[in-house]
Amino acid sequence: MIDSAALHKALEMLPYFLHVLGIGALTTVGLTAAAFVVAAVLGFCLALMRLSRSRLLSLIASVYLEIFRNIPILTQLFILYFGLTYIGITLPAVGAAIIGFGLNGAAILSEVFRSSIRTIDRGQSEAAWSIGMTRSLAMRIIVLPQAFKVAIPGMANFAIGLLKDTSLASAAAVPELTFKAKMLVSETYQTNLIYFLLAMIYLILSLMLSHWAARTERRLNVVKEH
Amino acid sequence: MAESTPLVRIEGLYKSFGSLDVLKGIDLNVQQGQKISLIGPSGSGKTTLLRCVNYLEEPTRGDIYIDNALIGQRLVGTRKVPMSDRELARMRTGIGMVFQRFNLFPHLSVLENIILGPLRVQQRERREAVAMAEDLLNKVGMFAKRDVYPEQLSGGQQQRVAIARALAMRPKLMLFDEATSALDPELVGEVLGVMRKLAEEGMTMIIVTHEMHFAESVSDQVIFMADGNIVEQGPPRQIFRESQVERTRSFIRAVQEH
Amino acid sequence: MGYGELWEATHVELLSAAWATLQLAFGALVIGLIVGLLVALARLSGSRPLRRAALIYIEVFRGTPALVQLFIVYFSLSEIGVQFSSFQAAMIGLGLNAAAYLSEIYRAGLEAVPKGQVEAAKAIGMPRLKVLRWVVLPQAIRIVLAPIGNVAISLLKDTSVASLIAAPDLMLRAQDLSSVYFMPLEIYILVGAIYFVLCYPLSLGVRLLERKTRH
Repeated sequence: MIDSAALHKALEMLPYFLHVLGIGALTTVGLTAAAFVVAAVLGFCLALMRLSRSRLLSLIASVYLEIFRNIPILTQLFILYFGLTYIGITLPAVGAAIIGFGLNGAAILSEVFRSSIRTIDRGQSEAAWSIGMTRSLAMRIIVLPQAFKVAIPGMANFAIGLLKDTSLASAAAVPELTFKAKMLVSETYQTNLIYFLLAMIYLILSLMLSHWAARTERRLNVVKEH
Repeated sequence: MAESTPLVRIEGLYKSFGSLDVLKGIDLNVQQGQKISLIGPSGSGKTTLLRCVNYLEEPTRGDIYIDNALIGQRLVGTRKVPMSDRELARMRTGIGMVFQRFNLFPHLSVLENIILGPLRVQQRERREAVAMAEDLLNKVGMFAKRDVYPEQLSGGQQQRVAIARALAMRPKLMLFDEATSALDPELVGEVLGVMRKLAEEGMTMIIVTHEMHFAESVSDQVIFMADGNIVEQGPPRQIFRESQVERTRSFIRAVQEH
Repeated sequence: MGYGELWEATHVELLSAAWATLQLAFGALVIGLIVGLLVALARLSGSRPLRRAALIYIEVFRGTPALVQLFIVYFSLSEIGVQFSSFQAAMIGLGLNAAAYLSEIYRAGLEAVPKGQVEAAKAIGMPRLKVLRWVVLPQAIRIVLAPIGNVAISLLKDTSVASLIAAPDLMLRAQDLSSVYFMPLEIYILVGAIYFVLCYPLSLGVRLLERKTRH
């Protein structure tokens, strides 16, 4: 069933495939990183809003969360893409993707941040307040540094999910990994080899990401031991 | 000694958590330099009362004055409005609190725990803050461990550091919330020793405790609370040995049975 | 055309596509629940190759995007003669994907049952199968219900990915309608609203479940 000539032809194209997919992988990683930053900053604000004593802020954040968590991300991307065009903003597809994944990710990360802040014992805040720190100062230098460490596994899980989700940007012709693979397939018809490589690269990327996160978490805990 | 204005004045304090009434009308004055012990069974409200003094709990009704200044609320004309967070924080710098669970900051060393308040809240110079911190560490016997992290210390050591941390703000009043209740028995003594030294130096202290011997020997006034009320108040001898109130006597009896 | 008119014109098609989406999600869930159980059993079995195979399955399906998995089921398999319809491929692909997560949920549920209870049951002479049936499973099932609910919600949203292999789901219908009415933004917003109406009650239900199983 396996034609040795065909196999040869496929393997000859391997370096070319790896080259193209490699470029796609760079775009994927860049897209993931940029969207992560947007999601982290916005998600942090949302978490503080949810935890704030203002019922209005908390409500706004909750509504945001419910909307972005109950609609598929692909739909969100399309709405954003067409919405931006509608109000006259022309962004490159990558930009719209970064914003789209960032807005969606903010909803997810805000819950990670909120729950990690809440795991910090209230006694820490009370001790800080009792030596005359304002709520804001206590949050900044006592609670958040501790909460950050707790949040790392959640952030890592989100990052891996985000890495995989960026494959959806291929629908908007963003030249990331999946898009490049589709292009190669339509160019060379080497479906099996190319999709196999595609899966492998994602697997390697997500494994690398989870290892890096585990190492960072370990390093942060070791520093404390002195 | 002439009766000057009390350092702490509690008037008509009520505190409820939902439908549960924990404090049912407390009036209490604490003079400067006095050591007051709050004793009583669990649920009597003594910890809640203590936590109202530095406004960690918000009273349902009533006023608390620290050095003649209303805490947690402000008078606007004849109305009372909540105090801003910044003002409240400022008032709290004059009140030190020691918690049952120590609550040291785990991501900071012992020294850093102590200088944090003076540095970041009182804007002191680092050299001044460190000098004062080392002085306090000597006083509580923890100087050798100043660069160690809290998780490497025993409970008694952590609590002594916590006392130093509270003292670093130079408070006029110290609140102790069952400071030794979470300690292994053999570590209780070292903490009580520090508290006793503090008392001898003239600090105004309100102490919630189950350590009856300590309360008897250190206090000027002992307050016995039950069910959200002050049942009896008086010098240690009156409460522990000569009480005429049955409720007090049965509590003292039960406690001394150990 | 305003939203009202647009809805008038399209709601029949949108709702029928929503129904297809629900079927897709449900089918994938069933596949996931069954395959997930098999994988969990393999993971916990005594045979090392089985355990290794299960781990690889989980690692691969959780480490690669669902879209890529759909590509492989739909396009790659056709190269070796196995041709599914896009709908079938989507259901299978999403189901296999969900299975990886569900198998870990099963495992966590079983391990969350306190060992002390199993020991106590054995100590009063209960045979192993009965221990499983009467002590472990009832509790494990209570524990896994909420996480499975979350997987179901994710599946419902992930069906949108099926549109990218042209499976007839809600998103694909939206694409078609966009080229008919030239109002893509409004149509995708309507579609978003439909997904929201489908998912939000499920989210509330799962949250209720979570609160109940915590006590």
